[in-house]
Amino acid sequence: MRAVDAIMECLKAEGVDVVFGLPGGANLPTYDAFVDGGIRHVLVRHEAGGGHAAEGYAKATGKVGVAFATSGPGATNVVTPIVDAMMDSVPTVFITGQVRTDLIGTDGFQETDTLGITMPVVKHSFQIRSPQEIPRAIHEAFYLARSGRPGPVVVDIPQDLSRADIDYEPIGDVHLPGYQPTTDGNAKQIRQAAKAMASARRPVVYAGGGVVNANAAKELTDFVTSDRFPVTCTLMGLGAFPAPHPQWLGMLGMHGTRAANYAMDEADLICCIGARFDDRITGKLSEFAPHAKFIHIDVDPAEISKNVPAHIPIVGDAKSVLAKLVKEYRALDSVDSSRMDEWWARIEAWRKDHPLRYDDSTDGEIKPQYMVQALYEATGGDAIVCSDVGQHQMWAAQYYHFDQPRRWINSGGLGTMGFGLPAAMGAQVGCPDQTVVCISGDGSIQMNLQELATCAQNEIPVKIFIMNNGYLGMVRQWQELFWDNRYSHVDMGTFPDFVKVAEAYGATGLRLTEKSTLVDDMKAALQTPGPVMVDVRVTREENTYPMISPGMPARDMVG
Amino acid sequence: MGEPATKDRLSLEDLEATTNLRSGRKHILSILVENKAGVLTRVAGLFARRGFNIDTLTVGPTEDEQFSRITLTFDGAMHPVDQVTKQLHKLINVLKIRDLEPNDTVARELALFKVAVEGPQRAEVMQICEIFRGKVVDVTRRSVILEITGTTDKVEAFERMVRPFGLIEMMRTGEIAISRGRGET
Repeated sequence: MRAVDAIMECLKAEGVDVVFGLPGGANLPTYDAFVDGGIRHVLVRHEAGGGHAAEGYAKATGKVGVAFATSGPGATNVVTPIVDAMMDSVPTVFITGQVRTDLIGTDGFQETDTLGITMPVVKHSFQIRSPQEIPRAIHEAFYLARSGRPGPVVVDIPQDLSRADIDYEPIGDVHLPGYQPTTDGNAKQIRQAAKAMASARRPVVYAGGGVVNANAAKELTDFVTSDRFPVTCTLMGLGAFPAPHPQWLGMLGMHGTRAANYAMDEADLICCIGARFDDRITGKLSEFAPHAKFIHIDVDPAEISKNVPAHIPIVGDAKSVLAKLVKEYRALDSVDSSRMDEWWARIEAWRKDHPLRYDDSTDGEIKPQYMVQALYEATGGDAIVCSDVGQHQMWAAQYYHFDQPRRWINSGGLGTMGFGLPAAMGAQVGCPDQTVVCISGDGSIQMNLQELATCAQNEIPVKIFIMNNGYLGMVRQWQELFWDNRYSHVDMGTFPDFVKVAEAYGATGLRLTEKSTLVDDMKAALQTPGPVMVDVRVTREENTYPMISPGMPARDMVG
Repeated sequence: MGEPATKDRLSLEDLEATTNLRSGRKHILSILVENKAGVLTRVAGLFARRGFNIDTLTVGPTEDEQFSRITLTFDGAMHPVDQVTKQLHKLINVLKIRDLEPNDTVARELALFKVAVEGPQRAEVMQICEIFRGKVVDVTRRSVILEITGTTDKVEAFERMVRPFGLIEMMRTGEIAISRGRGET
């Protein structure tokens, strides 16, 4: 069997139903195998689009996302999605073509050291040196991508090796002696954690993307509601706990709610699950949660005590650990929930005094925050929301109330502008029966706009809502606040005409400028078949608040 | 799990943070890795990326050709050792890491010194070399090359002794280390 046909068999054995990619010289043999390989391939317009689409697919479905690229520029174009997937722990496999083995090291045409370039930013990578290695490498890549702390794995296959004939037999096992992720969690530590929670008078549960990755939303809810624990989620964790719930404090961090950030600041015990005390959460690290002890549950031992020393470290999968923690907690005698009365009174006061708010317009002007609220109303809250990076992302996180996991897809760790549209495309391919919307900005959307052609050609009906303020809004906000209003290269004007661009790409283009009809107009856009790009003109200069200024402690939030 | 419910409470005040402290001493990590292309780059790259400084690094084959051993020393005053080892463990090709206890470890490095000596100074240098149980491996009219094996401390002590004579060059391998006793490192 040709090695490339074996690749198709491996993909099928791994349950892959779609691949995003773009062919080129070095992966011509692989693309020949797609002709009758029985695997759907979506031809993207730029490899970065393919990589982010694989991420969006993975985040929406929980399955491994797969992207193909050729050697050289094809491979360097997927570097951003690879880093993005590493930062946000997205299970992805990238299969790149490489020049023929006799050309490697000669600076051949479209040769680049893909393994070397990607080495610092992958969970693992394989350079194929003999065609017979290909099937095992692919299976191991999938196993690594999805298990433990998920992440991107690169398989780099030289062109001549992919053309060779091999004896293919399905491979059922993997041989990775240096890789044994701990999933169960230490029983004694879990019991300690339960007891500590029972003793805490001012506890906070702080959950992150690890809960979503582990499909542990139900277990999280069980744990939080096994008592009156207040709960907050990171940007990556939104949806892991249903937003309308009375124990929900809102998102925490730089643009989180005051209730969530103040609760962290005054907590006596913080139970962190699948999150990593990123600087966008902690603010000034030395003044972060000064009164708290920490339970830290994470599948990656290196995250524990990396930024904040844990008092009760638990290495394990969030789903399994939380299930046991609930059991342990319920088994405790005479836990007195009234110990949290004062704490809840304090939280209620913060909620009352500092709700998320903005000054709405009194005329027809569309405030960006209102735009998100309108979209929430137009979708009935029932959509997969993909976002790009910037102010719109923060407003979406604040005002679109996620009540299920895998409904909020964004680039958190790397903050990749241009992530939104291809991710929405991937999510829609993975979830064809759901409404998929992309909230973007006029800056971000242009960074992978070419994928609109992919959506049009393949009838991928994503609905894009551009929050158009004619600025690189978040940068403008920082220049206003921290650089004395000196705007430097943030004004994008009204270019391009997004309606015409949409039409040129074969999608529907709409422009919305009137607040009073916004919800209905959005509903109409959502009901329009095929991909739709909606240019929503919003207030030009509006700031995302509240905010922990960079390097400041949470208690000094502004706005 | 499933033990009878307990009334005993835990006092939050008594909880102690897991150490993430800097030990303040030199650490020798003995890292068993798969003998595959790129493994050394992964290890070295990890140190670079996380901002950990490597003092010395040696790599060589082991008794089993499937594996190589990397011996790496770094300053525990600069970096928390558990964070370094946990990050190293995330590399798929890393099989085993030992943070070698100085008292239970035999550590050696090899150093070559090219010293500018003429006339009576030569005898003096050779005498120092003998005290350090070193060897003279090359002699010319105006120089000697000396070979010293030992711990880093010994090599550094020797360097201090010969430097005043006119040290032309010094080359050191960095330490390799093996645990004492019958057990595997």
